[in-house]
Amino acid sequence: MEHALAAVHAERVRIVRGSVEVLRDVSFELARGSVTGLLGPSGCGKSTLMRALVGVQLNVSGTLSVLGLRAGSAELRHRVAYLTQAPSVYADLTVRENLAYFASILGLRAEDAQLALRRVALTALEGQLVRRLSGGEKARVSLASALLGDPELLVLDEPTVGLDPLLRRELWDLFGELAAAGATLLVSSHVMDEARRCEQVLLLREGELLAHTTPAGLMADTGTADLDEAFLRLVAAGARR
Amino acid sequence: MSARRVGVTARRVLEQLRHDPRTVALVLFVPSMLMTLLRFVYEGRPRVFDAAGAPLLSLFPLTTMFLITSIALLRERSGGTLERLLTTPLAKLELLLGYGLAFGVLAVMQVGLAFGVSLGALGLHVAASKLVLALLCVLVALLGMGLGLLASAFARSEFQVVQFFPATIIPQLLLCGLLTPRQHMQTVLHAISDAMPMAYAVDAVHHLSRQSALVGAMWGDLAIVAAFALGAIGLGALTLRRQTE
Repeated sequence: MEHALAAVHAERVRIVRGSVEVLRDVSFELARGSVTGLLGPSGCGKSTLMRALVGVQLNVSGTLSVLGLRAGSAELRHRVAYLTQAPSVYADLTVRENLAYFASILGLRAEDAQLALRRVALTALEGQLVRRLSGGEKARVSLASALLGDPELLVLDEPTVGLDPLLRRELWDLFGELAAAGATLLVSSHVMDEARRCEQVLLLREGELLAHTTPAGLMADTGTADLDEAFLRLVAAGARR
Repeated sequence: MSARRVGVTARRVLEQLRHDPRTVALVLFVPSMLMTLLRFVYEGRPRVFDAAGAPLLSLFPLTTMFLITSIALLRERSGGTLERLLTTPLAKLELLLGYGLAFGVLAVMQVGLAFGVSLGALGLHVAASKLVLALLCVLVALLGMGLGLLASAFARSEFQVVQFFPATIIPQLLLCGLLTPRQHMQTVLHAISDAMPMAYAVDAVHHLSRQSALVGAMWGDLAIVAAFALGAIGLGALTLRRQTE
């Protein structure tokens, strides 16, 4: 029962898509109130694992529990937020209308939508149609929608892609604040450098979990301070094994 | 089932329409324009106009609802918003009812306007209850929605989904009895038309205009159209999968 305390408990998780095994025997736990980076090259299975966590992925075997419940349980739909990789918001609505809709589905009020917009620094654009926004702005509208209602687990698929360095830093600060307030975050990225901002990192490669460690541990194990280099060394070591 | 979530979904869909006034204008005014065109095609032949006009009125909500539902749902599926919604407390039925309500408002406005123009300015004569004809239009609108929902499941792009229109709707226009009475068609075509919901819609209109004796048959036709509509929406709902590959 010890894993009831963990926000996510995965044991020998295997995911098959068509005839391809996208994820092989992946086991890990995420502690509550932590920020974990999910890193690896594109196509390594990051998004598939995230989709499994929120219950929209078919053909998941093994044990995958979220907040003590089976991943995808209806009870979790108020407590888990999911940011898809491509911005999933309505292009033909304004920023405010998008947030208001997602907020009202969760039974929240207009003020909650306002707070989410402030958190991603979009208040100034709230009257704009999403269609007219830049790629990074659209991504932030999508992120704001995922922040609604103080979810206990946030599964964020590449939330900082296409953003400028200043905004990236602000968002990582925000992720830290959310975790300090008790939320658990799983944040994917294919930019290894973002691992620095995480307490824990999960490294995926071709559907296998290469490592579950801390950024400092990763650098110590591989003997380099450069995270890109650390990943490459880890892959090379894995290949030699 | 939460009425609030249905309501906010309907409001969201109406807001999307409000940002697209051109589509709304086309949906509202094209049927009246086509009815006017038909009226002048049959200039001096009011009987023919009456016979073709009433069934044609019931076809507009079918085409409109098919097109807007199929495109709207395709966008929900391909834009990732459906996936997001399915991870929230919103139920699939609530989503569909929300769409039905919002597009239903549009369909009612469309049919109301086309009715007003046809019966008023164009002098279309419908020899029976206009209320029943309106009910038929609502059922046909639901049918269009169900078929559009199904089409959106089998298309990967907007290019593909609009091709389902000539593939599924136009054969019904050809065989529903609008161009040639169904009883004059050859056996095979007649049998095919028996499987098409619009054939019953047009039968209902014909029974409607021949009055009293066929009231029972007319209600039977309406029931069949309703059954097709519910069947299409039900099948379409099955294609809204929470879990995908």
